[in-house]
Amino acid sequence: MTPESLTQVAEKERASSTPHSLQVCTAAGCVSSGADEVLKALKAEAKARGVACQVKGVGCLGMCQAGPLVAAEPSGHLHKFVTPTDAAEMIAHLGEPPTERLALDADQAFFKRQEKIVLENSGSIDAERIEEYVAAGGYKALAEALSDLTPSLVIKRVTASGLRGRGGAGFPTGVKWATVAKAAGPRKFVVCNADEGDPGAFMDRSVLESDPHRVLEGMAIAAFAVGAHEGYLYVRAEYPLAVKRLKLAIKQAERLGVLGRNILETGFDFHVEVRLGAGAFVCGEETALIASIQGGRGNPRPRPPFPAERGLWHSPTLINNVETFANIPTILRKGAEWFASIGTEKSKGTKVFALAGAIRNTGLVEVPMGITLREIVYDIGGGIPGDRTLKAVQTGGPSGGCIPAEFIDQPVDYETLNKLGSIMGSGGMIVIDDSACMVDVARFFMEFCMTESCGKCVPCRAGTVQIHGLLTKIARGEAGLEDLDRLETLSTMVKRSSLCGLGQSAPNPVLSTLRYFRDEYLAHVVDHRCPAGVCKIAAEGEVIR
Amino acid sequence: MLARSIHPEPPTDDLRWKPVIATMRRYGFAQHALIETLHTVQSTFGYQDEVAMRFVAESLRVPLSRVYGVATFYHFFQLKPPGEHTCVVCMGTACYIKGAAHLLEAMEDRWGIKPGETTPDGKVSLLTARCLGSCGLAPAAVLDGTVEAKITPPALLTDVERMSQRAHVRIETEAEEAVTA
Amino acid sequence: MSPDASVKTLVIDDRDVGATGDQTILEVAREHGIRIPTLCHLEGLMPAGACRMCLVEVVGSNKLLPACVTKVSEGMEVRTQTPEIKELRRMTLELLFAERNHICSVCVSNGHCQLQALATEHGIDHIRFPYQYPRLQVDTTHPRYGMDPNRCVLCGRCVRVCAEVEGAHVWDMMGRGSGTLITAELRTPWGLAKSCTSCGKCVQVCPTGALFEKGRAVAEMEKRRDFVPAILAGRDEGDDLMP
Ligand SMILES: Cc1cc2nc3c(=O)[nH]c(=O)nc-3n(C[C@H](O)[C@H](O)[C@H](O)COP(=O)(O)O)c2cc1C
Ligand code: SF4
Ligand code: FES
Ligand code: FES
Repeated sequence: MTPESLTQVAEKERASSTPHSLQVCTAAGCVSSGADEVLKALKAEAKARGVACQVKGVGCLGMCQAGPLVAAEPSGHLHKFVTPTDAAEMIAHLGEPPTERLALDADQAFFKRQEKIVLENSGSIDAERIEEYVAAGGYKALAEALSDLTPSLVIKRVTASGLRGRGGAGFPTGVKWATVAKAAGPRKFVVCNADEGDPGAFMDRSVLESDPHRVLEGMAIAAFAVGAHEGYLYVRAEYPLAVKRLKLAIKQAERLGVLGRNILETGFDFHVEVRLGAGAFVCGEETALIASIQGGRGNPRPRPPFPAERGLWHSPTLINNVETFANIPTILRKGAEWFASIGTEKSKGTKVFALAGAIRNTGLVEVPMGITLREIVYDIGGGIPGDRTLKAVQTGGPSGGCIPAEFIDQPVDYETLNKLGSIMGSGGMIVIDDSACMVDVARFFMEFCMTESCGKCVPCRAGTVQIHGLLTKIARGEAGLEDLDRLETLSTMVKRSSLCGLGQSAPNPVLSTLRYFRDEYLAHVVDHRCPAGVCKIAAEGEVIR
Repeated sequence: MLARSIHPEPPTDDLRWKPVIATMRRYGFAQHALIETLHTVQSTFGYQDEVAMRFVAESLRVPLSRVYGVATFYHFFQLKPPGEHTCVVCMGTACYIKGAAHLLEAMEDRWGIKPGETTPDGKVSLLTARCLGSCGLAPAAVLDGTVEAKITPPALLTDVERMSQRAHVRIETEAEEAVTA
Repeated sequence: MSPDASVKTLVIDDRDVGATGDQTILEVAREHGIRIPTLCHLEGLMPAGACRMCLVEVVGSNKLLPACVTKVSEGMEVRTQTPEIKELRRMTLELLFAERNHICSVCVSNGHCQLQALATEHGIDHIRFPYQYPRLQVDTTHPRYGMDPNRCVLCGRCVRVCAEVEGAHVWDMMGRGSGTLITAELRTPWGLAKSCTSCGKCVQVCPTGALFEKGRAVAEMEKRRDFVPAILAGRDEGDDLMP
C-alpha cells in the first residue's frame, strides 16, 4: 500500500455508496435500549424489499437517552426510540421526514452547539470497516507525515496547535512528545491510556467503539515523531466491545499496510498491541499503568523519573490519553493554526464530555473550549428536568470538584476549572440538582478512592479510610465542629503527601464541597439534619456500625 | 520435544487448560504475560483457584506470592467460583446520583448478599460496576448479561427472582469473548 | 542510564553540601549528619518511596519530594524541617498507629521498634483518629519465626529483602488499599511455604514487631541489619519483570 493506493481505496469506497443509507447507533447506550434488534430488523426489511439502502451500525450519535437512534443519509433526518416494528415504515418512506413519534429534531441546540473533531466520524462510519475511515480522509495525515514531514516538523505542528493532554492534567502534548523524542534509548514506546477510570464517564470508550482507527492513526503519527516502533493500548477489560473493535481495527490496518511493518512503503515500522486492564482505577496513573503492562500489581512509583525518560521496561515512553491521540490526525490534516483558532488562549480545541445526572439530554457532547457551563447545561443539555434547580456541576470525577451554580457563566477551560477548585478531568460532567446532598456526594467519591487506593503509601491508604469515616460520621449527624476541622486538615495532608495523583487528588471533592457547601456540612453537624433528606441521620443514642 | 520439557504439563487433562497455555505461548511464556494469562483463566474457569495459580506461576516462572499479589490486586479476578447467575449494579456517578445504592440495599435485604458475595446456595452473585456507559438510562443493572435501564428496587428484585429460577446457563458474555478472542 | 558522578553543590537546611549526581537527598543528608526520618527505606534495598516520612521541601518545586528516591541536582535548596513537613510526618505516624494494632507495652519489639522510636522523636502522645483494629490472624506456623500482621506497617522491606537479597521471593503484597497484607506464596501458612529458606532476613529488616523470632518475650526482639549488601540501589519496582 502506497499513499496513492490509499486514495484509490477511498475513492472506491465512496463510489460504492448507495443513494440512501440508514445508520443505527450501536454504541453502549443504544445497545442497552435495543439497537441490535433494530439494526437486524432494518437490514432484513431493506433486503426483503430489495431497496438500494445501506443499513449499518455506527458509533455514538450522542443523545443516548433517546435511543435507539437512527440517522438517515443523505437527508440527515434523525429517528429516536426506534423499535424493530418501525423498520417496515422507515424503509418504505426512505428520504422522507420521520413521523412525529420518531422524529428527533436535528437542528436543536444539542446538535448545533457542538463542534466535532474527535467525534467527527462517530455516528457516520462503521467502526468495523477500515475503508469507511479511509473514505472519510483517514490515514491521510499519517501518509503525509511519513512521506513529507520530519519527526521534528510533526512535533512542531503539534506544539503549535496548543493541544493539551485530555487525560486530566492538561500537560502540553507537543512538549511531552519533544521530551520523548529527545530521550536517548535504543527502544521507545508509545502507550495509549484507555483505562478511563472516572466512574461516570465513557468518552474514551465511545471513541474506541465508534472510530478506533483515528486513535491508531494518532498513535502511529506519535510513534514516527518520537522514534518508537512499538506501542500498547491499555484498555479496561470492562470495555469488551471497544477491545473487540480495536483488535479488529489493528488487524485491518496491518492488512492495509498502514500499521505494522514498512508502513505505506516508507520503511517505517510500528506495531501495536492491546493490553487489558483488570479493574483498578489507579492503573490510569501512568507509572501504575506501566507496572500493569509489565504484568505486575498496579502500584505507582515516585516520579521523577518521568515515563518520558524512563518508562516501560526502562525505555523512554510516551503516554497519552485516547482523546489526545484522536485529535492528532485532524490537527495534521487541517493545520495547527486551524486547531489553535478554536478555544481560548491557553485551552485550544474541543473537549468531549459525558453529560449525565440531573439533565434532560444526557449523552456525549463535544464542545469548543471556553464555552460556558450555562451553554452546556441549558442549551446543549436542555436544562434540569422537573421543577428542580441546579445546585452544582461536578467535573473531573473522583479527582475533581463540584462547581456551584453561581459560577454557571464561567468558561470551561483548564485554568478556570482549576481556579474554581475542580479540574477538567477526562470528561465526566455530572449535573447535580437540589435533590442531592453534597456531603453524600463527597462521601461517594471518597468511598471510591478508598477502595481504589493501591495501598502502597500511607497517606492515601490510611488517610482515605479516616476521611471516609469522618464523612460517614458527619452524614449521620454524629460529628462535632472539631470534626470539620479535622476533615479539612486531614484532606490537605493526604493531598500534600500522597505518592501519586490518586491520593493527591482524592480529597478534591471534599475540599471543594467544604469550600462551597459548608452550610450543608454545618446543617448535618449543628442541626443534625440533612437538608436534601438523603442522609440517614442517626437517632439519639444510636451507635454507628 | 525440547520446548515441551521446559514448560510444565497442565495439572489435569481438562481441555480448558488449552486456551490458558495458548495465551502464555503467544507471549513466549514471558513473565509480563501474567495478567493476560490470568484473564484467560478467569474467562475459561470463571475464577482463579490454587491449582491454576500454581500452574501459571510455574509456567511463567513467576514467584507464587507475586501471582497471588496480582490476582488479589485487580477486582476483575475472582478467587471464588461465581454463582449461577449474576446481577451487576452500576455504581458509577450518574447511577449513584439516581439512587443505585437503594438497589444494593434491596439486594441485601432480599438475598442477604453484599457486592462481591454469592448466595449460600450458589444461585446469585452480586457485583458492582463503574459506569456501564448507559448513564442516560441511570440507574442501570446487568442481569446475566442483559442491561436493565432505569430500574427501580422492586423491579430489580422481580427480575432477579425470575433470573434465579431459570435453569443454569453459562452465558458467554462479550467480555469473555473479547478476552479469549 | 549510567551513574552520574559529576559533583553537585546544594543546600540542605541552610548548610552548603557537596554530592555526586547519582546520590539521593537522603544519602547526602546522612553523610552530613542531617537527620531525615525514614521508615520504608533500608540502605541496600530498592527504594520504594512509600511511607512518605522522608518528604522534604525543595525550593522551586510545588510538590514535596521523598528524600529517599529524589536525586540531588546542582544548586538544589532542600528544607527538611518546615512546620508543614513536621506536621505531615506526625500525621503519617498517627495514621499508622490508628490503622492496625500497635500496643507497644505487649510487643516483643518494645524499645527496639522503629515506629515507636519515630513516634517518640515526633512527640506523639495521642492519636487524633479512631483506631481501626482490624484483628488480623497471626501466623505462627513457621518453626522459628512468627508474623503478626496487626503490627505491620506495609513498608515492604521484608518483600524486598527476600526477593532482592535472598532471591526467594516468598513474600509479596496481596489485596489493595487498606486491605493490603503481606502474604507468603498463595496465602500459604509460613511454615508450609516451600520457597522459604528460613534465612530470617525478613525478620531482621522488619522495622516493627510484625516479623519476630519465636521464644522472645516482650521487649526482647532486637534486630540485625548488617547483612544487606548495598548493591541494589538504583533499581525500580517491577524491574524483576523485565523481559
Ligand atoms: C489515579 C489516576 C487515574 C488516571 N486515570 C486516567 C485515565 O483513566 N485515562 C487517562 O487518559 N489518564 C488518566 N490519568 C492521567 C495519566 O496519568 C496521564 O497523565 C495521562 O494518561 C497522560 O495523557 P495526556 O497527556 O494525553 O492527558 C490518571 C491519573 C491518575 C493519577
Ligand atoms: S496515592 Fe494511593 S494510589 Fe497512589 S501510590 Fe499512594 S496509596 Fe497508591
Ligand atoms: S454511571 Fe451507571 S452507566 Fe454510567
Ligand atoms: S523512607 Fe522515603 S518514602 Fe519511606
